[in-house]
Amino acid sequence: MIIGIDMGGTNIDGVLIRDGRLIKTVKNPVDRNDYFYSIWNCLAQLIEDVNKHDINRIQLSTTICTNAIVEDNVSRVGMILQPGPGLHWEFDRLGEEIAYISGSVDHRGKLVKAIVRNELAEIKRRFQAGPVESIAVVTKFSTRNPEPEQQVKQFLRSDYSNITLGHTMSGKLNFPRRVETAYLNAAVSQTFRTFADYIQQALLQEGITAPVYILKADGGTIDLVRAIDKPVETILSGPAASFMGMTALLEQAQTDQVLLDIGGTTTDIFVLVDGIPVFEPLGIMIDGRKTLVRAIFSQSIGLGGDSHVRFESGELKIGPKRLDRAVAFGGQHITPSDALVYLGKMPGDFPEKSKVALEVMAQNHGIDPVMLAERIIHQFCCTIDQTIQQILERFHQVPVYTIRELLQDRKIKPRSVGLIGGPAKALASDLEHILELPVTYPQHYQVANAIGAALAKPTMEINLMIDTERDVLLIPELDIHQTPGQYIDLSKAKWFALDRIKAAEKNMGLTDDQLEGEIVEANSFNMVQGYYRVDKNIRVKAQIRPGLLQRLVDDGQGVDS
Amino acid sequence: MTAKNKLGLILFPAFDWAISPTHPEREERLLYTQDQIMEEGIEDIEGIDFYNPDIATVGDVDRVHFCHPDVESVVTKSHLIAAGGVMKAFDLVLSHQADKSFALVRPPGHHAQRVVYGDRGFCIINIEAVGLAYARKKYGDLRVAIIDTDCHHGDGTEDIFWNDPDTLVISFHQDGRTLYPGTGAMTDMGGPGAFGYNVNIPLPPGTGDEGFRHVLEHVVMPILEEYKPDLIINSAGQDNHYTDPLTNMNFSAQGYAALNHRLNPDIAVLEGGYSIQGALPYVNTGIILAMAGLDYSGVVEPDYSLGKWRQSQQVTRQVHAISQQVYEQWKNKQILARHRFGSDKVITRQRQVYYDTAGIMETQSQEFMVCHACTGFNLVRSRNDRGARMVGITIPRKACSDCRDEGYRLFEEVKITGSHTTMLQDVDRDIFLRK
Ligand SMILES: [Zn+2]
Ligand SMILES: [Zn+2]
Repeated sequence: MIIGIDMGGTNIDGVLIRDGRLIKTVKNPVDRNDYFYSIWNCLAQLIEDVNKHDINRIQLSTTICTNAIVEDNVSRVGMILQPGPGLHWEFDRLGEEIAYISGSVDHRGKLVKAIVRNELAEIKRRFQAGPVESIAVVTKFSTRNPEPEQQVKQFLRSDYSNITLGHTMSGKLNFPRRVETAYLNAAVSQTFRTFADYIQQALLQEGITAPVYILKADGGTIDLVRAIDKPVETILSGPAASFMGMTALLEQAQTDQVLLDIGGTTTDIFVLVDGIPVFEPLGIMIDGRKTLVRAIFSQSIGLGGDSHVRFESGELKIGPKRLDRAVAFGGQHITPSDALVYLGKMPGDFPEKSKVALEVMAQNHGIDPVMLAERIIHQFCCTIDQTIQQILERFHQVPVYTIRELLQDRKIKPRSVGLIGGPAKALASDLEHILELPVTYPQHYQVANAIGAALAKPTMEINLMIDTERDVLLIPELDIHQTPGQYIDLSKAKWFALDRIKAAEKNMGLTDDQLEGEIVEANSFNMVQGYYRVDKNIRVKAQIRPGLLQRLVDDGQGVDS
Repeated sequence: MTAKNKLGLILFPAFDWAISPTHPEREERLLYTQDQIMEEGIEDIEGIDFYNPDIATVGDVDRVHFCHPDVESVVTKSHLIAAGGVMKAFDLVLSHQADKSFALVRPPGHHAQRVVYGDRGFCIINIEAVGLAYARKKYGDLRVAIIDTDCHHGDGTEDIFWNDPDTLVISFHQDGRTLYPGTGAMTDMGGPGAFGYNVNIPLPPGTGDEGFRHVLEHVVMPILEEYKPDLIINSAGQDNHYTDPLTNMNFSAQGYAALNHRLNPDIAVLEGGYSIQGALPYVNTGIILAMAGLDYSGVVEPDYSLGKWRQSQQVTRQVHAISQQVYEQWKNKQILARHRFGSDKVITRQRQVYYDTAGIMETQSQEFMVCHACTGFNLVRSRNDRGARMVGITIPRKACSDCRDEGYRLFEEVKITGSHTTMLQDVDRDIFLRK
């Protein structure tokens, strides 16, 4: 039995799934003063009538860290940066204290200048006077050589328990993003630790031994224990929950596809290529900060069932703001939902009021009310269509680095559209007409996010690099830093990467038949020095892509709620 | 961080292509440059956008080269992509999607001349020339200055624009008496239709930042001020760097960045440069920042020390003397042209061209018709030591009707035998004929 809980901005939803069947759902408002209570309350309702030993996994999508960041309710962080030569990035939003240290390593990871110990002693004094609560250390090219970061940690570890090292955040190269990511990780570390402690204690008291997994923005999960070290991974998991929910609820195809989550205020757009979600190229952005946190690409536009519809200098406008509910549901302002109610595509609580309001607007602008309603829906669908086209256009411009990829010139051509959200059913035929693609929408969309959280599998990405001249093998994400030994050609390197990723999958509770680690990119470069010596520089990217623990079966039986 | 100039970057390291596994022009060449660019977070700078290269077509190449036996036989996809990268760079700037652009592509092109039998100096087609010909066709007439800062003489670029007064070619390079390809003498100033618009500045080995700065201030910038080009292109070879394995100069990343800052090119194109760990990551980062109008002062090679790479006093004296002489030649180009060509109707130029990479020796004779109504059509007769022969006729932009008719008449007249080829480029009307 799997429990899935999704904590959104206003509601917290929970589902209980047994053998792929949805057997219970819960929907409560979020208590913004006590997130833990909100979750616990939801969990308690879900498990009222079940045997606690039957629970296999508890999977949470939480806004704990997201909210802490957005509300700037975070720990006092001391940053230690070694920028070395190069660009002068200004980091002006990195907590209490930023200390720059000298020394550098180059792009190969070769030590150019060592760390100066006296500088560290001075920084320690500063941080203790601060005082700072947690520390992040980021050095340029630390994914090529993590030693300087480790040396700083060594120096501070007796005084601080909470130290984030940049290279463990991601194996990707991007110093400024690594700095922001490590900062955020250190900033939310205490918040998440407290939350995790509560959860663990509460489960212990209830006698529940099932492991807890937290949803990440990349559509996968991370186990609670690992998340304590890397809480930044748990940010902005909402769109991923919705995406995974749609994946579970819709017929899966190995083709190019667009998924739309049409809510009251916004519409989120996702894209799949050959059935695989498109990711953000480097990482997600939060609170104006660009990070290296892996995330499913989603674009949110200010267009939803409750968007404000009005005329501005004779021009029909929809959104991007939501003023309140639709007139048909007790609000004051006309929305796309009112148009749908008017056209009989959707039931409303106050259809008469809605009808009058729309007719008044039509009359004020000298239009037939049916035409006005149709125009609203048409414009709504066209805006979605244009946004999808823009997104696809941007994807086509994503840089490639090999002749093979450039000649392949893979264009994304969606074959179908999946739709969830309140107005999904009512909008399906209009969208189908305008997008010129088949549109499908599932049952149970009300708790899609919780279903997504419940069924998401663990994910991971690792970036392996082997440099035989320097005699190193590195996987920053797993903090592996060793000699390559026998792994000195591409096929062995790939084997090693897969082996490590499969070991991680098993650690996260997957069985042998569920292991799906795969190589994403693999390159081996001849390093030629002075025309005679040839070494190897090998780079392998491996991942566990997002997927479902099990398929959801819809047997038509009812659901308790 | 926001760029002052909107910069389009075409970074295409072609990780799956090499001339041979250990050749300097191999997969690894831009690996560390890409690492450096990524780690510096250049992708996240507002106003710097990354683009994929376009792919040049056979027609794009035919506008510039006489490929024997044809384009498909001598050119690989990688060359078409490198040239396509430069075409993209022109498009970005001329369609105002970017203020400036930088094509960080490989392989290079500045040793590729008009006639092409194969690879010379790692180049098969001249990527700047293909890009420029494409741009002129698409956007109309352009007065262009190409400043070749590669350590080797840009002999291909010189040959292609030898008789084109709308394309000023300035190459500064390590003196040809000490380095491949051996050409690039100061006295090589162009054909009769464009005499003086080919400017060679041969520099002594050991020239450092100071010497390059002097050449820029005392020769290049004054000439550009007088020439007033619509576009400035930097053929940005990076083998003047003090770590380059093939050359003997003392130029640094700071020097390259400062040069780009002062030169202020609209478009830069990577050419040579094979110190792939010690130079390219830093030089390219420096050029990108300089072009974007950002602070490049922090870009320093790990092993740089000014004292070690300062040029000698003797080099300083030589550089000053050469600069003065080149600038005087520029000033006196009309008088010099009268001395050189007199009242001849046809100017003939005999040359041998060695294809070092392909191992081919070519013997050619070029004939430039002197015309007062246009720059005159010209003819190249060529054969190589593998038994190939070809004739190429070029009708220039803005050709007069006499020159055009005469060019076409000649093309009809040339007798072809066996596997020999005759080609005609009507640059003015963008027509290419082969028989
Ligand atoms: Zn060169
Ligand atoms: Zn003429």
